[in-house]
Amino acid sequence: MASITIRGVKKNYAKTQVVHGVDLDFASGEFVVILGPSGCGKSTLLRMIAGLEEISAGTIAIDGKVVNKLEPRERGCAMVFQNYALYPHMSVAQNIGYSLKVAGVPSAERAQRVQAVARVLELEHLLDRKPMALSGGQRQRVAMGRAMIREPKVFLFDEPLSNLDAKLRVQMRSEIRKLHRRLSATSVFVTHDQVEAMTLADRLVVMNGGRVEQVGTPAEVYSRPASRFVATFVGAPAMNMLEGTVTLDGLSLLGDSRMLNVSRTGLAVGSKVAVGIRPEAVRMVAPGTPGALAATVDLIEELGAGRVIYVDLDGAPFSIVTSEIVHPEPGSTVGLQFAEADLHFFSSETGGRLDVFKASVPEPAL
Amino acid sequence: MVERTPILNFFTHLILFAGFVFCVAPFVIVAIAASHNLKDVNDVPMSLLPGSDFWVNIKTAWTTADLGPKLFNSFIMAFGVAAGKVIVSALTAFSIVYFRYPGRMLIFWLIFVTLMLPLEVRIVPTYAVVANVLDPYQTIMDLTGLSWLIQKISGVQVQLSLGLLNSYSGLILPLVATATGTFLYRQFFLTVPDELTEAARMDGAGALRFFVDILLPLSRNNMAALGTIMFLWAWNQYLWPLLITTDQSHAMAVTELKQLIPNVGGAPEWHIAMAGTLIVMLPPLIVVVLMQRWFVRGLIATEK
Repeated sequence: MASITIRGVKKNYAKTQVVHGVDLDFASGEFVVILGPSGCGKSTLLRMIAGLEEISAGTIAIDGKVVNKLEPRERGCAMVFQNYALYPHMSVAQNIGYSLKVAGVPSAERAQRVQAVARVLELEHLLDRKPMALSGGQRQRVAMGRAMIREPKVFLFDEPLSNLDAKLRVQMRSEIRKLHRRLSATSVFVTHDQVEAMTLADRLVVMNGGRVEQVGTPAEVYSRPASRFVATFVGAPAMNMLEGTVTLDGLSLLGDSRMLNVSRTGLAVGSKVAVGIRPEAVRMVAPGTPGALAATVDLIEELGAGRVIYVDLDGAPFSIVTSEIVHPEPGSTVGLQFAEADLHFFSSETGGRLDVFKASVPEPAL
Repeated sequence: MVERTPILNFFTHLILFAGFVFCVAPFVIVAIAASHNLKDVNDVPMSLLPGSDFWVNIKTAWTTADLGPKLFNSFIMAFGVAAGKVIVSALTAFSIVYFRYPGRMLIFWLIFVTLMLPLEVRIVPTYAVVANVLDPYQTIMDLTGLSWLIQKISGVQVQLSLGLLNSYSGLILPLVATATGTFLYRQFFLTVPDELTEAARMDGAGALRFFVDILLPLSRNNMAALGTIMFLWAWNQYLWPLLITTDQSHAMAVTELKQLIPNVGGAPEWHIAMAGTLIVMLPPLIVVVLMQRWFVRGLIATEK
């Protein structure tokens, strides 16, 4: 159990800067997921915590102790790698017990602890096998066992599920969650998969371009995205974005072709904004309904439980997710309706969230 | 792609067979010649049916050239060179691949360039160094005036001397450095995933621990391949042992074979010479047969 404090951390590779000053606090026992597209610096940040990557500027402290200059083994972190990184010439038991062997733990105690870990991970019958003879999920469990056996203060996961097939990924996801509940060690999990991030995280850190965009619970991040990037990155299909200008009695959208009547937003008339609306929050109504926007249906994707309807709003792509059983003909016209409270406003210049309406935000259900 | 064409198959097999005959024919002739007596071996043309004196000839060759101790010497030398090369080049490649220090690439290219400087090219300076290993240091001390200074102060004249002529170390050490081996290891180490290195670091293993526990076991195919090639290479060395072993007690089997070659005016005992050749050929053959499995694996593929 340890807290992690990150202050002004930067990372340069020669001339290119990949992490631009990150400040974060992870509480003891928390499960934090760092989410971001590839190349956003999330893995670099994790590797700096682990001690595999030098910190160019700023400090990282584990349990209040600055670890910048410490070797990985002195930091009390354990890491699970994307490709598992099992030692191919060692058996499962040797793989799990290797860190204890290095630490000089006597072999009797070592065997006992390996057994204990193997029991938790249901690897007991595989202890004599070589990694080559294991399936992907089993290798993943061995990699976790190798991390667990040292009873680390901090668990670091570097996209550990991305090499597994979809079904196994869901299964391992819940296993990781269970394991965390059981060990309650501080965990930092890096991923680019938003479903993984939403399901695992106590707290979500969304990164983009080497900067932290938002920190919050998954529900907060989903319902109140702090920036345009977060709004479009979290949620599938992505949030619809329409460019618009604030007018006296509402918003003019899409180069003045459409008007949207909303109550006073408190924004200066004439300011440029981006209006976001989640596909799940759009209702499809008969064309011509007062207040509805007319759009042309492009394509329908059937998902079984629901369907995604892609429509064209004067050239702007727009998607709707509905659980109603409707199958509008492609090419036909439909009306789109949504509640004011479901609109998200972002500044066109900075991409930052603009708080308008002061609408109540649903409390995150945790 | 697998072709299934009987005619092509026939021709490819024909070519393979021709190549096989081409390779094996000299050995067959050596073996047949070694089984003839003095008269039959000098018949023109020599009979290609084996004679009956094989074991007699082997025995004569063995005693005439005193092959027992010489095979032993050869074995010590070849084994020493092979083992030395395997160890030294593993360490060199480890340093080049896994450590960042200034001049790393320069060192790598310097090693690489020595591929173009085989022993034969540098044999005179190498001989000078082996004759007195400390000679370069002596030169440095003389040039810097250090020996003059020491003589002035203590009155002792510095004369460093350590000769390695006629010794196993003299035979082995100059042949141990190998660019080929370093390169082979380097290429292999580059294929070892970085995550493995990082996992070892997370597990608390230091550089040496990682080398011994992870890298060496992973490169055992490589070691077998390199060891085999280098054993053969060292076994077949002729010029270097000839040059530095003036003393019969350190003579090598390969160089001593010439004692069996008939002198001008002597009896043309080619059957004895051929028998001796067969004996000297045998140890490398055994090594290849034993190591063949790992040898091939080490050269063609990395185990994944």
